[in-house]
Amino acid sequence: MRDRGFAPSRILIYVIVTLFAAAYLAPLVVVVLNSLRTNEEIAQGSMIGWPQQLAWSNYAKAWSGFCVAETCAGIRPYMLNSTLITIPATILSTLLGAVAGYAVSLWRFRGDNWIYGIVTLGLFLPQQMRLLPWTIVLRDIGLINTLTGLVLIHTIQGLSFTVLFCRNYYVAIPHELIRAARIDGAGFFRIFWRIILPLSSPILIVTVIWQFTHIWNEFLFGVTFTTGQQQPVTAALIALSAAVADIPQYGVQSAAVIIAALPTLLIYLFGGRYFVRGLTAGAVK
Amino acid sequence: MTDVASTATGPGRSATSETVRRLPEFLMIWVPLLLSAAHLISFSIWTIWISFTPSTLVPVSGWVGLRNYTAVLASRNWQVAFDNLLLFGIAFVLLSLITGLLLAILLDQRIRGENVLRTIFLYPLAVSFVVTGTVWSWLLNPGIGIEKLVHDLGWTAFHFDWLVNRDMAIWTIVIAAIWQSSGFAMALFLAGLRSVDSDIIKAAQIDGAGPIRTYWRVVLPTLWPITITVIVVQLQFAISAFDLVRALTNGGPGIATQLPALVVYDLMFQRSQLGRGAAAAVLMLLILLAVLLPYAAWRYLRRRRATHA
Repeated sequence: MRDRGFAPSRILIYVIVTLFAAAYLAPLVVVVLNSLRTNEEIAQGSMIGWPQQLAWSNYAKAWSGFCVAETCAGIRPYMLNSTLITIPATILSTLLGAVAGYAVSLWRFRGDNWIYGIVTLGLFLPQQMRLLPWTIVLRDIGLINTLTGLVLIHTIQGLSFTVLFCRNYYVAIPHELIRAARIDGAGFFRIFWRIILPLSSPILIVTVIWQFTHIWNEFLFGVTFTTGQQQPVTAALIALSAAVADIPQYGVQSAAVIIAALPTLLIYLFGGRYFVRGLTAGAVK
Repeated sequence: MTDVASTATGPGRSATSETVRRLPEFLMIWVPLLLSAAHLISFSIWTIWISFTPSTLVPVSGWVGLRNYTAVLASRNWQVAFDNLLLFGIAFVLLSLITGLLLAILLDQRIRGENVLRTIFLYPLAVSFVVTGTVWSWLLNPGIGIEKLVHDLGWTAFHFDWLVNRDMAIWTIVIAAIWQSSGFAMALFLAGLRSVDSDIIKAAQIDGAGPIRTYWRVVLPTLWPITITVIVVQLQFAISAFDLVRALTNGGPGIATQLPALVVYDLMFQRSQLGRGAAAAVLMLLILLAVLLPYAAWRYLRRRRATHA
């Protein structure tokens, strides 16, 4: 493992990782450059090229100008929809998951292992097994084609992940701590508020980042349960591609893609460590 | 809950008020857990039930036995989807495993800029499959992407038209999927490499093994449990892949890149064949179980061996 200073192999390592890094970055770079090129310029050449003059107007059009079907409001309403779905569902699923994770790991009650086992099955059950029942349930309670309906789905389905994350974190907390607090007369909520929550910030950050990224990026439920102006931004991107299929506007579409990807990319850049921890925690189950 | 109740004083009236006092706590514990567990169990049973009914536009009761299953299995759509899944699953998992392992080994060589490189290899995971699929559909589009660029540069005989080529289109999904998620394999492998016991390495070096030999014979073999985990997680993704295909090829050209999740969606929401759609969803679940059950058994045996040792 230690480099014994045979330089050629070290150079080779750097060459290979640089090539890989370039390949991973290339799609992002291409889209960023395209978002600043005019449609005419792209049409003359290819998607891959340096902007002749910076067409910032692409972003204005993407944000509030282009038309999907009859509405010409750009990507803004769909970004708002995604925000209004993602933020409540992230907060709710994280809070409920933290309380439930604390209950199954430290409070203990009859049947806790059973119910925890069932809840974590949600990590594996394909979404396709839940599509029809959700359709029927949402229709019956009047939440089909509403943002509230998607918040409900993402909160309930997200619990499988949030309970798992929090439970695995809380089992490491010594039981004596809880037992002592109980003997002193502290109840369920008091212990949670005073002892558990102050210890929880790492796992809450991991959980929030995980939930936010997943709900923001979710497509299947968005496209199945909402139409038109109610759709989240992932579904709107597909609708946009379909709408402009005859006369593609790659510059504007690239700007829309960048805007739609920006929230999760920024979270990744600033919280990368926690993002990766969620990734591995989700995998090792 | 009973163990806590013992701290309360006396039976009867006070026990009732104790229950009332602790009602918020019961609700906070049980409502989310029960909702989650109940939706998982009841929705699974519900979908399985629908798969045995003659439902078309709306769910109806009735019993048609396995007729929906035989219809799905006999359909060209499903057969193409299943063959594609086999090819896509194997190619994607193998290639992303190799890419991830290679990147992890390279990053483990104490190179400069490791943090920046790791950030670069992992950022696609933060991006949605819809974005990934859309961007790759541009890059791989022969009229506007890489092929056009190479033509413009003067090499006009260059051909890279997999996106519109029936035989090769499935490989465009492999490419985009590897770009998106080989970083995941890298992250797990790198964590594994970093957790190798340094005593084992020292012992090998004392035995006279060189650095490369130590790496091949001692360090890499410790990775195989991680390898299995990576394979299972990536297979799980491959089996339920939907967004990526929808954005990249939408199953086309024709039905050349059809995958099971697209068949389910198509049957349920475009052809209004709810019974068959549910049957296709159950088939997806069975494929997944064929991967997950052996994995669960393997994990169970490993854990048992670990506790006996």
